[in-house]
Amino acid sequence: MSDVPVSHRQPGPVTRFALRLARLEGASAVLVPLATVILAFLMGGVVVFATQHGGIGTRVHNTLIAYNQILDGAGINWFGHFFRHPCLGFIPCHIASTNIHFPGGDIAAYNLSQTLLQTTTLVLTGLAVAFAFRCGMFNIGGQGQYLVGLIVANWIGVDLAGMSTLPHILIAISAATLAGAAWAGIAGVLKATVGAHEVISTIMLNWIAFWGASWLVGGGPLQDPTNPFDPTSSAVANSARLPAFWGTPNFQALDISVFIAIGALVTFWVLLNRTTVGYEVRAVGFNPDAAAYGGINVKKNLIRAMAISGAFAGLAGAVDMLGYLYHIGEPDIPFIQVGFLGIAVALLGRNTAVGVLFSALLFGGLLFGTTHGLAAVPHPVIELQLAPNLTWLIEGFVVLFVSAEIVILWVWNVRKKARLPGPARPASTMEVAA
Amino acid sequence: MSDELILEMRGIRKAFPGVVANDNVSFDVRRGEVHALLGENGAGKSTLMNILYGLYRPDGGEIRVNGKAASFSSAREAIQAGIGMVHQHFMLIPVMTVAENIVLGVEPKKHLLLDESGAEQRVREISERFGLAVDPTALVSDITVGQQQRVEILKALYRGADLLILDEPTAVLTPQEAGELFQIIKSLQTDGKSIIFISHKLNEVLEIADRITVLRRGKTIETVPRKGATEESLARAMVGRDVLLHVEKTAAKPGDVLLAAKELHVLDDRGIEKVRGVSLEVRAGEIVGIAGVDGNGQTELIDAITGLQKIESGSVTIAGTQLTHASARAALDLGVGHIPEDRQRRGLVLEFSVAENIALHDYAKRPDARFGWLFPGRMTNRAKRLINDFDVRGGGPSTPAGALSGGNQQKLVAAREIDRDPKILIAAQPTRGLDVGAIEYLHRRLIAERDKGRAILLISLELDEILSLSDRILVLYEGQIAGEHTGEVSEEQIGLEMLGGRERSAA
Repeated sequence: MSDVPVSHRQPGPVTRFALRLARLEGASAVLVPLATVILAFLMGGVVVFATQHGGIGTRVHNTLIAYNQILDGAGINWFGHFFRHPCLGFIPCHIASTNIHFPGGDIAAYNLSQTLLQTTTLVLTGLAVAFAFRCGMFNIGGQGQYLVGLIVANWIGVDLAGMSTLPHILIAISAATLAGAAWAGIAGVLKATVGAHEVISTIMLNWIAFWGASWLVGGGPLQDPTNPFDPTSSAVANSARLPAFWGTPNFQALDISVFIAIGALVTFWVLLNRTTVGYEVRAVGFNPDAAAYGGINVKKNLIRAMAISGAFAGLAGAVDMLGYLYHIGEPDIPFIQVGFLGIAVALLGRNTAVGVLFSALLFGGLLFGTTHGLAAVPHPVIELQLAPNLTWLIEGFVVLFVSAEIVILWVWNVRKKARLPGPARPASTMEVAA
Repeated sequence: MSDELILEMRGIRKAFPGVVANDNVSFDVRRGEVHALLGENGAGKSTLMNILYGLYRPDGGEIRVNGKAASFSSAREAIQAGIGMVHQHFMLIPVMTVAENIVLGVEPKKHLLLDESGAEQRVREISERFGLAVDPTALVSDITVGQQQRVEILKALYRGADLLILDEPTAVLTPQEAGELFQIIKSLQTDGKSIIFISHKLNEVLEIADRITVLRRGKTIETVPRKGATEESLARAMVGRDVLLHVEKTAAKPGDVLLAAKELHVLDDRGIEKVRGVSLEVRAGEIVGIAGVDGNGQTELIDAITGLQKIESGSVTIAGTQLTHASARAALDLGVGHIPEDRQRRGLVLEFSVAENIALHDYAKRPDARFGWLFPGRMTNRAKRLINDFDVRGGGPSTPAGALSGGNQQKLVAAREIDRDPKILIAAQPTRGLDVGAIEYLHRRLIAERDKGRAILLISLELDEILSLSDRILVLYEGQIAGEHTGEVSEEQIGLEMLGGRERSAA
């Protein structure tokens, strides 16, 4: 290059140390969420323990049984059948009790299919929150974007009845996804133009979506005209329904949305790590000043990232509506929680594709395993009315612990910047030999 | 100053995984002495002081304070033994007053509540005793950096410190504030306090220290009295070879005008006009230096030229193309390279890898990307080449930029900007926080780039740097050009213009 001397480089002790550290950090990306989950389950266990009667031994025993029953409720015991029997579980070999919703009455298979349905939704709402996080924004509006997706999918699914199946499904899914993107995009535009904080604007957009949807299906244009006294939308036409492949059709069988969710996970990873769009998103998320200096249009990225984030949530609404809900009633709307649960999924999954997958599985299992799944388990230890609260309890603890960890990391970073070293501070040892 | 030793550290050893940070280091301080600890970044100064301050446990060696063996397991114990430390980055709470910050943790109390007036009274007493003028009732967020440093010193004195550790205290100060700090250090010394002065600036050390200890790669190289020490001898001890403290360069051969600004007016983020009618030209093959006290419009001038800040009126022309409503992208694409004044806030995404940082401007162009698709392997290859060419140490292409030392981060930024083959290179504070070895490297590099025909605009608060590198010097004062010099000019003359022609004492 010039007359400047070039030294011979070889990986010195510092490089090796840096590599080891990177590996350690990779490990902690798994260990810390795992510890978070275990701690949250322990705290949940304390509550179950407190609701039981008898001596300490009995209560501990009951608590363990309660968790075991939730696992059964989530259909995890299906894997036991799967490996024990040569028929690989698709044909019911082991019948604990009969279930009219599943071929052959395999209750475990039914539970698992329902867990996977919940997981599908949570993967998508989780990705929605995670994507915005990667651009430095907190999208609390997954709930509203999901609802918008649900409504638009219903509208297209009902209104374009008579189309052939594939285009109908594609149009309905695309429209709902775009609607979710547009809904979140409003918050992005507000942030980029007038600096309105996305937390505030997405929460407000949630309420607009909530009341808008309530009106649309409860007396508004989407209300089922054949039954004016039931505030419920019409059912999606058969041509727009996603094909199911596991279970009894029309009894919430597992549909192909689970593959759409897997596709979304791959898209999320590829988009972030292998495209210029993702590079910009990450740069803006880490350091908007440096991004602007690098020639990246920060405002454009805020809007775009918010829209992509909303697209994931809108897609979640679409696959739920076209996959198994088919219609939505006004009284059901207040009970929708998957948008908010996506926040916990993203936080626990550290905003990565793999993390979101595992935490969505966890929460999907909890969600079904503490409700309908548990209802089918013989002699549940926890009262059925109380059990669903365990999901919210554990979710609450997870969010609390993850947030506390964020606080700890923040303090850690401040310490790093302040050059006040702790004994294991990596940067100082780097400086020492650099 | 007496011969009585207030501090003795003998044979201190501290190893971190893969590196020995302190290897048999010995260091002592006499009562009433200013003892400078000199060394490059990473020489082990901070480790040694953190051991003394109870933040690290040494693996071996002995510490004696006032003749008694001491072993501190926390900063609290060190403070109790009369040791105070002022970190380079301050640990103050901005929303609290000066007095509240100083007494924090050891508050005078009146019926369980903070005795506000008592605290202010005691702070006033100490600040008058040591000549550290600062208003105890002011909010920390409202006072200058120099005053914040005084608050930190007062904090240590309030806790009864006899031995003060000042970690690179002048790094954040303007030359004027540094002068005031030296006055304070002298008055503390008169009062019998001992001071450890950590620095890598040779002229400062020679000005203030009674004795100087040089560390290199974790070892004590020498402890010498100031008398007899020269910048050259200290630099040699620090780096381990002869260092050219003053760059050698041939006369410039200026070519075409590559950068021209005309009647430029720029506002800062708060809407205050910071650049008020600046016109300048930079030609190919010359270095134009902009001297000035911090805050006189340097930042806004650079940001306007690089498209990061809106231009109120006037024009910027880069290689013949006028940029009126420029974006950073447009400036980059016209061939502007920019080494920003704050490499951590702006120059690098610290969480990104070295390779990703090198791609920061051209990530969307070939070969890094095509049709929006990234090719990380190509980024890594380029990073490998630049790490080699620019001698960036401390990691490879996949190391996070934040894990590199300051000097290597700056080399990384310089490597990226120069490798883009810019027509115009804007270097803002290119050597801030760097040690002599890295400064020498960057200075030679800038001269080399000038000789390749780039137009270089150098902005620095270090007058020495401006004087030694520039072919032409412009002095910026309150957003206007207060003077222009070609050829020989005295430091005093420029200093005067930097203060707007006023007497220095008025500042």
